[in-house]
Amino acid sequence: MPTMTMIEAIRHTLRGELDRDERVMVLGQDVGRLGGVFRATDGLQSEFGADRVVDMPLAEAVIVGSAIGLAVSGMVPVAEVQFLGFTHQAFHQIGAQLARYRFRSKGRFPMPVTIRAPFGGGVRTPELHSEALEAQFVQSPGLKIVLPSNPADAKGLLTTAVRDPDPVLFLEPLRGYRLVRGEVPQGEHSVAFGEARMAREGTDVTLVAWSAAVQVAEKAAEKLDADGVSASVLDLRTLVPLDAEALCRAVAATGRCVVVHEAPLSGGFGAEVVATIQEGCFYSLESPVARVTAPDAPYPIGALEEHYIPGVEQVVTAARRTVEAIA
Amino acid sequence: MRKYTRTHEVGKVAVSQPALTSGSGIVVIEPQFRPEHGHADAVTLLDPHGRLAPDAASVMDDAEVGAALRLMLFGRVFDRKAFSLQRQGRFGTYSPIEGQEASVVGAAFALDPGRDWIVPQYRELPALLRHGLPLTRYLLYHFGHPLGGHIPEGVNVLPTQISLAAQLPHAVGLAWGLHQQGRDGVVCAFVGDGATSEGDFHEACNLAGVVNAPVIFFVQNNGWAISTPRERQSAASSLAVRAVGYGFPGAVVDGNDLLAVHAVVSGAVDRARAGGGPTLVESVTYRIGPHNTSDDPSRYADTEALEDWRNRDPIVRVQRYLEARGKWDEAAAERVRAEIDAEINAALEEAWQVSPAGNEALFDHVFLADTPRLADQRRTWAKEH
Ligand SMILES: Cc1ncc(C[n+]2csc(CCOP(=O)(O)OP(=O)(O)O)c2C)c(N)n1
Repeated sequence: MPTMTMIEAIRHTLRGELDRDERVMVLGQDVGRLGGVFRATDGLQSEFGADRVVDMPLAEAVIVGSAIGLAVSGMVPVAEVQFLGFTHQAFHQIGAQLARYRFRSKGRFPMPVTIRAPFGGGVRTPELHSEALEAQFVQSPGLKIVLPSNPADAKGLLTTAVRDPDPVLFLEPLRGYRLVRGEVPQGEHSVAFGEARMAREGTDVTLVAWSAAVQVAEKAAEKLDADGVSASVLDLRTLVPLDAEALCRAVAATGRCVVVHEAPLSGGFGAEVVATIQEGCFYSLESPVARVTAPDAPYPIGALEEHYIPGVEQVVTAARRTVEAIA
Repeated sequence: MRKYTRTHEVGKVAVSQPALTSGSGIVVIEPQFRPEHGHADAVTLLDPHGRLAPDAASVMDDAEVGAALRLMLFGRVFDRKAFSLQRQGRFGTYSPIEGQEASVVGAAFALDPGRDWIVPQYRELPALLRHGLPLTRYLLYHFGHPLGGHIPEGVNVLPTQISLAAQLPHAVGLAWGLHQQGRDGVVCAFVGDGATSEGDFHEACNLAGVVNAPVIFFVQNNGWAISTPRERQSAASSLAVRAVGYGFPGAVVDGNDLLAVHAVVSGAVDRARAGGGPTLVESVTYRIGPHNTSDDPSRYADTEALEDWRNRDPIVRVQRYLEARGKWDEAAAERVRAEIDAEINAALEEAWQVSPAGNEALFDHVFLADTPRLADQRRTWAKEH
C-alpha cells in the first residue's frame, strides 16, 4: 500500500471519481489552474478539462447554490469552499437550501452534492479562515457530516460522499493536510458512513474524537500508557450519521470517557456525545464524562491558536482526573 | 494631490467629483460610467386601450393570446378564491397576483414546458400551471400539506422559493448543467424587485455571465416589497441596467402588456438557446392587492399610484385587443369565468380528499434512507405522538 498525505489521498480520490463518472464536477475558488490553495485538485483541470474542474467566481453562496442547480440538471458536483470560515457566506444555501431540497420536494430533487472544506486551524492562517463549525451544520438536518482523520479514511469516506445520493459536508483536517501521512488502499476503497473506528484499544478510559483531534487523542493515549493508564481512542468519523452503538460500546468497555473537540464547549458536538452516552450506557459509567474543547471564545488570530486548540496535555490531565475519580 | 472640488447634479442628488490639481490648475476626472446611462423606456406593444403600436405585429396568434388571457383571468379569479378560503381558515398565507397577470403569463408563454425550466419565487401560479404543475399540488402546498412540495416527474419546475433570491443560484446551476450536457433547455427564474437587493441575486447574475448560462432573470418590479417601495431597494435608475455590470444584456418591458412581455422574453429565450447566454428582464408592473393575506397596505399604500395602475389593467388591455379582432366578447368572458370556477372547485375537491399527512412525513425524504437516529425517532413518533 502506498503512503500518502491527507491532501494526496483527497486528490487521488477526486481523480478517481472524476475518471469513474463523467457527471462528477469539481468546482471552487482556485481549484483549476492553481490546483487549489492546498493543491487538493492539483492537475485535475489539465486532465479533465475546465468544464469539469471549474474555477468559480469568488462567491461562496453561488458555489453551493449553483451546485444545487447542477444536481437538478443531473450532474454530481463536488464543491470546495476554500476555508470553513467562509461557509458563513454560504450558510443559507447549505442549511436552508441544499440540506432540505430532497425533503421539501418529497424526493423529486435529490441532492448528490459534496461540499469539501478545510476544518479547524493550527496552521496560522489569516484571521477568520479557521473555524470548527461542525455542530452548526449538525443542526441543519438533511446533511451528512463527515470528518476524516487520516488518509485512508479520507479516501474511503470521500468516495462514499461523492457517490452518496444525499448532500455531504466533507470536512478535512486543515493541519493534517501535509502532516498526517498513512497508507492508502489502491483501487476501490470506500468506508460506509456511520461506522466509528477504534483507533486504539485500551481498558481504563475511552477518548472520543474526530478530525485532527484524533491525533491529539492518540498522542495523549501514548503518554497515558507510559504512566500506566490504558486509553482507547474512538474516531467517530461521521457525526451524521452517528454511530451511537459503537460509541456506547467503547465507553461501556472502560466506564470512563473524555470527549475532545476543536469547537467551543457550549453547544459543541461533545455535548451530544455526552448526552448519547448517558442515554445509552449511563449505568456503565464509573465517573462523569469529561470534555476537552476550545473555550467559548471566537477562533483567535494565529499566535493564540496553540492555546485555543485542545492539546495533548489537557487531554492527559482530563483523562487522569476521570480515571482517578471515584463514582 | 486629490481634491474634491466640483459638484455635479445627478438626478436630484448632488455628487462630489474627485479632481486632480496639476501644476497648471485643476484637472477634473470624470467617471466613465454614470448612473443616467442606465435609463431606458419600457418596451410596450399594446397601449392601455388594447391597440397594437403602429408598425408592431404580435408574435402570438389569436388562439395563443386567447389561451394566455384565459390564464390571466384564472390568476385573477384564483386570487379571490384564495382570499376567501384563507379568511375561512381553509388556506394558508397567499400572495395575490392581481396586476401582474400579463407579466407572469407573458413570460410563461415564451417558454417551452417540454424542455425549459421555471424557477419560481411565489407569486407565479399561472406560469406554473402553464408549465404543467397540477393545480391540486399548488393547493396542497397552501393547505400546508407536504405533498404540495412534490412537483411531478416531468414537470420542469423547481420548488416555490420563500427565502428570497436563494433560487437564483439554483437557476444558474441548472441552466449551466443543461448547457454542459448539450441539452437545449432554457431556465427562467422569477424574482421580485425587493429580492434583487439580496446577495444571492448578485452572485447568481455574476456567475451566469461568467459561465454564459442559458438563464433569464425575470425581475417582476411590482413597485413594492411588502411596504418597501422600489426606490428604497436600489439607487439604480433601472434594475435591468445592472445586467451590463454582469456582462450580458438587460431589457425593461411594460409588465402590464402581455404581448410586450412575451416578445421580450421570447427574444431572451431564443438568444439563450442559441448559446448567447443570460438576459436580465425587468418587467415593470404594479402590485394592486396587498403583499399577502396577512398584509395591511392601508398603512403604506400610495393611493394615487394605485389608481393610475388600475387604469392600466393588464387583463382589460388584452380583452380590448381581442375584442377589436372579433375574438372576445362578454359571452366569451362569462363562459371562461364559469370554466375557471369549475376547474378551481374540482381541484379543491380533489385536494380536500387527500388524507392528511401523518407524523411519518416528518421523516420521509430527509435522506434517501433513514439514519439510525432518524429511524429511532420515526418509531418513537409513531408510538408516542
Ligand atoms: C431572505 C428573506 N428575507 C425576508 C423575507 C420576508 N419577505 C417575504 S416577501 C418579502 C418582500 C418581497 O418583495 P419582492 O422581492 O419585491 O417580491 P414581491 O413579494 O413584491 O412579489 C419579504 C421581505 C423572506 N421571505 N426571505
